[in-house]
Amino acid sequence: MADVNRGSRPLSPHLSVYRMAITMLVSILNRITGVGLAVPAVMVVVWLTAAASGPDAFAVVNGMMTHWLAILIWIGSIWALWFHFLGGLRHIWMDFGHGYELKTVNATGWAVVIGSFVLAVLTVWLLLL
Amino acid sequence: MSYKTDLGRVIGLGSAKTGAEEWFSNRVLSVALVPLTLLFLYLVAPLIGEDYETVLAGFANPFTAVVTILYILVTFKHLADGLHEVIIDYVHSKGMLTVLLVGTRLGCYFIGAIGAFSVAKIALIG
Repeated sequence: MADVNRGSRPLSPHLSVYRMAITMLVSILNRITGVGLAVPAVMVVVWLTAAASGPDAFAVVNGMMTHWLAILIWIGSIWALWFHFLGGLRHIWMDFGHGYELKTVNATGWAVVIGSFVLAVLTVWLLLL
Repeated sequence: MSYKTDLGRVIGLGSAKTGAEEWFSNRVLSVALVPLTLLFLYLVAPLIGEDYETVLAGFANPFTAVVTILYILVTFKHLADGLHEVIIDYVHSKGMLTVLLVGTRLGCYFIGAIGAFSVAKIALIG
């Protein structure tokens, strides 16, 4: 009933004591790509708003969206989108109780990483055609 | 020194509220984003960087317009839910937590509404 001692209880080990495993990398990258994808999402809305506003506004925004710096962001976003897409599918599959064996969890982790790059290259290539 | 019992201290703090509902709804929206993302990449991504007339003509197609409106609304709801998860994991001060949770959610819904309205305006008026 007394106040719980919150000061000197043992803490769980910090993240830095573990060797980086593919499962950790995929987990944190899924989060980072998810937050990062807010940038192209807002860019798409800005582009749509400009198109709805008229030709003058569109010309200005279209110039910004096709600037080489924006192109780099678009390309990075396409990779992030595929990563988050595949990582999300992996999560849903695991939510149904599948793929928790060590071998499987590592294999699907690598599949997300490699698959995201393959699909990103394919998408950029198709969009540039 | 608090005179509260251990039970009194923790009651109502658990996850046994609307967690399952929230969890399930998040997953339904995530699954919805699978076909919507593929359709967006196929229908809308090629329009980015094109000239004004081409873009307007693209959204004159009702299927493209409806897919884009759905994609924007579901994406920004999904973004708000995702930011919520990240914020409750990393932000521990109660005041900052409230400000960020409310602020990011309202921001996401506002931007999503602007996007959906823009598509509707292009599709209906040009």
